[in-house]
Amino acid sequence: MGKQVPIVDYLVLDDGAPHLIANRCDNCGALYFDRRNACAKCSGRSFSQHRLADDGTVRSFTIVHRAAPGVPTPYVSAIVDLSGGGVVKANLLNVEPSPDDVRFGMTVRLTTVVAGVDDEGTEAVQFGYEPV
Amino acid sequence: MAERDVWILGASMTKFGRYPDKDLIDLGAESALAALDDAGVTMADMDVMGAGNLMEAASGVGQRIQKQVGQNGVPVYNVANACATGATAIRCAYMAIKSGEADMGIAVGLEKMGKAGLLGSAARSDRNVFEPSGRYGSVMSVEGRIGTTLMPGVFAQAGMEYANEHGGVGFEQFAKVAEKNHAHSTLNPLAQYQKEFSLDEVMGAEMMAYPNTLLMCCPTGDGSAALVLVSEEKLATLSDDQRKRAVKISASVMTSDPWTETDQVQPDVNTLTRNAANEAYETAGVDPSDLDLVELHDCFATAELIHYDNLGLCKPGEAGKFIEERGPWRDGETPVNVSGGLISKGHPLGATGVANLYEVATHLRGEAGDRQIEDAKVGLTHVIGLGSACAVHVLEKATV
Repeated sequence: MGKQVPIVDYLVLDDGAPHLIANRCDNCGALYFDRRNACAKCSGRSFSQHRLADDGTVRSFTIVHRAAPGVPTPYVSAIVDLSGGGVVKANLLNVEPSPDDVRFGMTVRLTTVVAGVDDEGTEAVQFGYEPV
Repeated sequence: MAERDVWILGASMTKFGRYPDKDLIDLGAESALAALDDAGVTMADMDVMGAGNLMEAASGVGQRIQKQVGQNGVPVYNVANACATGATAIRCAYMAIKSGEADMGIAVGLEKMGKAGLLGSAARSDRNVFEPSGRYGSVMSVEGRIGTTLMPGVFAQAGMEYANEHGGVGFEQFAKVAEKNHAHSTLNPLAQYQKEFSLDEVMGAEMMAYPNTLLMCCPTGDGSAALVLVSEEKLATLSDDQRKRAVKISASVMTSDPWTETDQVQPDVNTLTRNAANEAYETAGVDPSDLDLVELHDCFATAELIHYDNLGLCKPGEAGKFIEERGPWRDGETPVNVSGGLISKGHPLGATGVANLYEVATHLRGEAGDRQIEDAKVGLTHVIGLGSACAVHVLEKATV
């Protein structure tokens, strides 16, 4: 297998099972997937890395039929409330992209899939969530 | 100088649509001249100008309009604030008058989009060698791989979140919003589309991002709208006819989005709308039940439905019931988007936040023709730009 890199840096592949991390405000606990100069909630200026849970529940979703060029459709985009805190957006994987098969509150867990390969054979790995 | 009240003296909008033979400045000049004529004044009377445009925001749009309608050396504020751009231009003229720096000002919102396609995150070509970049360290485009950031899906998720939290809301209730706005548009000659569709046609149209079908999404397009604003003191010196047709701005409120847990992945269009509406109602001394008509930001049918609740037009959690009972139809409890809304009237980005004030002002003047809401005395406008910016205005009919 060639080298793998995460599609975004808040997906961690090289420390046990794949999981998400967030920058957690040391003062108020607000979670951020990107780096912040100061906390948007409390303006605190120090952050620590925080591992997020792999499971959560579907808070909202849409089923995208007309998408950006090159994106396979239809697919499910969902907002997931993670167990223990944090809200994440991701595709739902391994589920029929139909309103009959996606339910509010359904329990899902993190999974990964290869998103693409570059000219050097490096694979980009994306995360998504699948029904439990 | 003490704060003083601000009135609308003149208002205009071009028909929204596609103008292959006119450039952006033609459109802006057309609405600016029409608003000045409507007000019975000229550019020489203006003390300030606000110009709102998104897609040519760095090009000095206000000054370029002045080259066509009159250069008088007054301050020009060129602003861009997503879909709230037009309202932000109004705020520039409004605040200058409110503060006492100006007696009269003009605000122009304008946009030429053509057929722009789906709006949202900029396309990023996948590079040949993966290198992390940006604040998320992404190695390739994440659109469609880590959910969607394109507008039909983002607003679908906003609506579906409401459906999750409250009963009686689903695909059919969202579709009924679009059915209503398309029906309303048939009475508005300024609307980009003036065609009625049955509920079955709305629900059966091409699915864009469930539950938004093509007929539940606003089109892209071209257009412009303009307002001439005046201080109450200056208005008192003008003619009877000008004073009778003037419309009072009883509240002008702008908000941005405060932090919420979800907003980094799903923009929160609710909190800043509620904050703006509550402040506007308090400032104007108006209750939602007093409103004779509302023009709100229905970029997608899913958005309109949740704003019934955000603006207090229905009981909390009962937006589904409100549309089911035809509350927002033009003959209902509180008519919403009798212009046809963004869904049918069109949404040339920079023009939208001015055109909604034009619409309400025209009804308050009793000049809305076939679509006139009888005896309209108080109206509200709402516009929201993702990122996010929200403006709410309460307008009242002159009593002179």
